Amino acid sequence: MQEQEIEILQLIEKNANMEPSKIAKLMNITEDEVRQLLRGLEEKKAILGYSTLIDWAKVIQQEEVTAMVDVKVQPARGVGFDKVAERIYRFPEVKAVYLMSGAYDLSVSVEGKTMMEIGRFISEKLSALDSVLSTTTHFILKRYKHDGIILDDDEDNDKRMVVSP
Amino acid sequence: MKKTSFVSKQADSLKPSGIRRFFDLAAQMEDVISLGVGEPDFVTPWSFIEHSFHALEQGYTSYTENAGMIDLREEISNYLLGSFGVNYDAEKEVVVTVGASQAIDLALRATVNPGEEVLVVEPGFVAYVPTVSLAGGTPVTIQTRPEDDFKLTPQLIEEAVTPRTKAIILCNPNNPTGAALSRKELEELANVVEKHDLLVLSDEIYAELTYEDVHTSFPAIKGMKERTVLISGFSKAFAMTGWRLGYATGPQEIIETMVKIHQYTMMCAPTIAQHAALEAMKNGKPSVDHMMKSYKQRRNFIVSSFNEMGLECPNPGGAFYAFPSIRETGLTSAEFAEELLQEEQVAVVPGDVFGESGEGFVRCSYATSLKQLDEAMRRMKRFVEKRV
Repeated sequence: MQEQEIEILQLIEKNANMEPSKIAKLMNITEDEVRQLLRGLEEKKAILGYSTLIDWAKVIQQEEVTAMVDVKVQPARGVGFDKVAERIYRFPEVKAVYLMSGAYDLSVSVEGKTMMEIGRFISEKLSALDSVLSTTTHFILKRYKHDGIILDDDEDNDKRMVVSP
Repeated sequence: MKKTSFVSKQADSLKPSGIRRFFDLAAQMEDVISLGVGEPDFVTPWSFIEHSFHALEQGYTSYTENAGMIDLREEISNYLLGSFGVNYDAEKEVVVTVGASQAIDLALRATVNPGEEVLVVEPGFVAYVPTVSLAGGTPVTIQTRPEDDFKLTPQLIEEAVTPRTKAIILCNPNNPTGAALSRKELEELANVVEKHDLLVLSDEIYAELTYEDVHTSFPAIKGMKERTVLISGFSKAFAMTGWRLGYATGPQEIIETMVKIHQYTMMCAPTIAQHAALEAMKNGKPSVDHMMKSYKQRRNFIVSSFNEMGLECPNPGGAFYAFPSIRETGLTSAEFAEELLQEEQVAVVPGDVFGESGEGFVRCSYATSLKQLDEAMRRMKRFVEKRV
């Protein structure tokens, strides 16, 4: 059972859009079993959602700007970093927050339409939080690989001969 | 003055490969989805490639020992012991070759005398029969039967053996049928092999790509190690076809003879490929497992698609080929493959190019992206519906 759960998750992790009928064929189980597996995984929150990876630049001219912000914070008694992390991750501009080991405490990923917009969010909202001691902002210039997917990867480019023994 | 042909009679008498003819046909067409490819759709795992870059930067561009780098032979020896429980001395019982193809050629040339017969199981890899002929032997084919799922049986060997029979070439798991033999089935074959004092060339290039049972290596069967040359390589499971690297292991006397021929005809296998293979042996298992899992899913997909569209297809136990029957369509294998290519631009290989008992079947490689497989199945379904 657990083996099947892992297999189905690995399949939809790369393609959440895969039809149950295809999953059934690949795993050699019935479509009902596929639906049951998915429902079970949704119920125990192993599957949290089905999002789509979009290259927005292909659709609208305006590209999204992303900044990775290194944040040093003052942890609070009793709740450590969790409270200040929550203050930060509740902002919709913030796409990801991680607690880090090393030179700073929180790694915060912020998305916006322009660098100006992100700059304003950091100076007016993020840095203004009481427990934030300092921020260092790095803007992403180019994405090569995102969430395990190589962007501009031409996977249909098959270099093999048409027929071989 | 009339110019006589310079081509040798023996070379001239070799049949051109049926695959070659079909390749020429398919190569002229556009938008072809090919299920005719006998190699992985994966590119070689990055760590193997990266390791070979490093070796090049370090200046490893010269010849290696004739038998292959001792480091690599040791890794191969460890790998075979760990994976299949067969134990070979890296110094004396392992030779690294230019693909498993060269290992087959060397093994035959090292062992076969003129006039001796070598049993070749069909449907089978297209190179066995000509390679036996070129080594001076007489190929004798054994036709396995669809009703046995194309598995070789002791009975079939008994029927083919004569006093001149020297050896038998086994391919397990099999190209093109995907048939994989269990330990019990191999043990039954071993009894007949022993009874007739045969040498076995066991081509196990698809060993890692076995989906139901755990693969049993032929020399792991009691009494078989001293009469078996095990042939394998990196092409299939490690996705390294273009690197041209294989190996053979076996009794010292035979391997030393193979190395002797190898040193005169090839010097050594490509050095840079040997370095990549070193990394494959040391750290390749997760990559192989990942690819194996993906092939298994695609096998499930293609087999159920064929059965749904009315082409009877048993579940192949290994390799990356399905071998469905196309008899329902009333076409011969060659007609089916040619009409399918013309009408729907899907390339499959007619089963009869792998031996006469392959007539009525086609070989479909599922080492193709799921997207392409899906589309190929849609097109084949349309094609079959018009004929059944």
